[in-house]
Amino acid sequence: MEELALTVENISKAYTIGLEDKKSDTLFGAIRNTIMAPVRNFQNVKNLSNFSGKDRKDVIYALKDISFNIPKGEAVAIIGHNGAGKSTLLKIIARITDPSEGKIKIFGRVSSLLEVGTGFHPDLTGRENIFLNGTILGMRKQEIERKFDEIVEFAGVSQYIDTPVKRYSSGMRVRLAFSVAAHLEAEILLIDEVLAVGDVQFQKKCLGKMNEITNQGRTVLFVSHNIGAVKELCTRGIVLNKGRLEFDGNIKDSIINYLEAFKQSTNSLENLHAGHKLLAIGDLLLNGSLDLKIEPGKQLTVTLPIKANEVDNPSFAFVIEDFMNNRVIHVRKFTDKLGFAQLNGNNILEIQLPSLWLAPGVYSTHFRIHTDTQRKIITNKTFFEVVGNQEIEDAGFFSGGVERSTLLAPTAKWKMENS
Amino acid sequence: MSVENVEKIPHVVIEPKKGWQIINFKELREYGDLFRLMILRDITVQYKQTALGFSWAIINPLFTMVVFSIIFGSRGLGPAGMPYKLFSLSALVPWTYFNQAVTNSTNSLITQSNILTKVYFPRLIIPLTPVIAKLSDFAIGMGIMIIFMIVYRNDFTINTNILYFPFLTLLMIITASGIGMWLSAMAIQYRDVKFAITFMIQIMMYAAPIIWSTEKISHQYRILYGLYPLAGIIEGFRACLIGNPVQMPWDLIIPGTIVSILLFITGGLYFKRMEKVFADVV
Repeated sequence: MEELALTVENISKAYTIGLEDKKSDTLFGAIRNTIMAPVRNFQNVKNLSNFSGKDRKDVIYALKDISFNIPKGEAVAIIGHNGAGKSTLLKIIARITDPSEGKIKIFGRVSSLLEVGTGFHPDLTGRENIFLNGTILGMRKQEIERKFDEIVEFAGVSQYIDTPVKRYSSGMRVRLAFSVAAHLEAEILLIDEVLAVGDVQFQKKCLGKMNEITNQGRTVLFVSHNIGAVKELCTRGIVLNKGRLEFDGNIKDSIINYLEAFKQSTNSLENLHAGHKLLAIGDLLLNGSLDLKIEPGKQLTVTLPIKANEVDNPSFAFVIEDFMNNRVIHVRKFTDKLGFAQLNGNNILEIQLPSLWLAPGVYSTHFRIHTDTQRKIITNKTFFEVVGNQEIEDAGFFSGGVERSTLLAPTAKWKMENS
Repeated sequence: MSVENVEKIPHVVIEPKKGWQIINFKELREYGDLFRLMILRDITVQYKQTALGFSWAIINPLFTMVVFSIIFGSRGLGPAGMPYKLFSLSALVPWTYFNQAVTNSTNSLITQSNILTKVYFPRLIIPLTPVIAKLSDFAIGMGIMIIFMIVYRNDFTINTNILYFPFLTLLMIITASGIGMWLSAMAIQYRDVKFAITFMIQIMMYAAPIIWSTEKISHQYRILYGLYPLAGIIEGFRACLIGNPVQMPWDLIIPGTIVSILLFITGGLYFKRMEKVFADVV
């Protein structure tokens, strides 16, 4: 039985939202509304913190029935679209806000990093703020004293440590704040979007430090929109959607689950209407199957069934994007090069790609179709995974169990000759 | 190896809190470092980047005393045979502390909302910090009072009442804490309190025997008046510092103490009960 760091049981969180005041259309009603306003306002304010009463239209659930367990030492990402409830969940675990229902058990000391520089006071010096911020985050005084030099060193502000923080540049402030947080020794760390601050160089530094933390075997709960960071740091992903737990599993599958929600917004069939003569688009197949795992270095044949009715001069484009929506490939073909000027009936569009040597990871593909009416049709994004194989592993792609994020993973032939 | 199916005891259990909560003193002790640091922060920060620095702690009661002396001094509001300046200052020093402590405490949850929504620590620390931090100003004010007492030493007699100084200070702190806990918890939910506090403080000042002496109150009403905690505290400080009234006004102090303790206990309970919604309604 693994040692657990955290158990979450049926957690729900309700909030009251503002509803429009009922307006009256009679004078008497309007006067009455004005007179009753203080009473109503009092009710409204009181209702902010009170959720009793059935069927209240102004109560929404930011989280509903969330349950999961986290063993010690696991690095878990909590991902989801905006409004999914990720930050709310973290706030509840961090005891900032109470759950409406459910129970959480925590085994170990928790430090929460929901914001960098919490409690920083601009009039205090860097030194004073390190102690203040560190204490707020839960460090003991001796701990801070012990680590003081390290913290200043990591932030690179030793020259300015006795100047009031309001004189610091924003970069320095952020570095100092992160440095304090990075030296927390708690067994369980809750981190919310912290890596969204600072310049690129600093973000790299943060990522490096976070890697160190996860390698030390501490339990980390990480909420972020930065899928790249999340993929590198975490082994498990929990996907939240509109307050519900949508998926809980290994990080790659959870990323796929998260990304697949984007499918809805690019539904191609909605773009087809009476004016269009493209009638239907079928499933995109990779190498003839719906099984969307391929190996690097293998040829790829992508097919797309299209049913059309006298469509003139269609042109096609094929796109592969990585999980960060960076375009990896965008190839186009105009009809006249395909050898026909009009598309009619049932057809299958095929594109053959040579070995691309894509690095293992999650990718999406879609087709784009232009017709003579100039309307662009974008098919649903289909996700596929490039999986590693023995050759890749031998090439050191997976180093120490952690994926290196490169764009390509070709096999190379090495040779050493005595000259 | 220990038995496998013994469930470990969790450090913390998070559950929805319902109804009244008791104050977790053990936790408050654990966070003692933070409390001390926040008090220190409040004290060091208040006069940063001012030219006069801590002298501002003196200027407030001093100037008020001068103004009051000019306006009210000659109207016979004070007791006979006592320089109005002394009469006034002995009340103004504790009043200034009380005023600032209660105002800052009331607004504390709102002004510290940024920490409230990001980190966990016992929320009680927030309204209690200004109550303790403002004692620094009180100490400085007392310093000035001592100087005045030396200058005017022929105009009054110190008696054993001076020994009650620590007791009165403690009573003052407890009263400010009680009111602070009540009002801070209310202010964060009902912003009306933030606006009401300014004129409430005005009323409290005139209701307390700061400008006028309790000699004016007829005997049968004294105990009733004593229910207002500031009556006993202010008059008590006078008796303690300048020996006027000669006896410690126990008929004012005792009812006031009871009310203060009640305010403190109920304030703490109300605060803890409302604590769970602070981060959501701020």
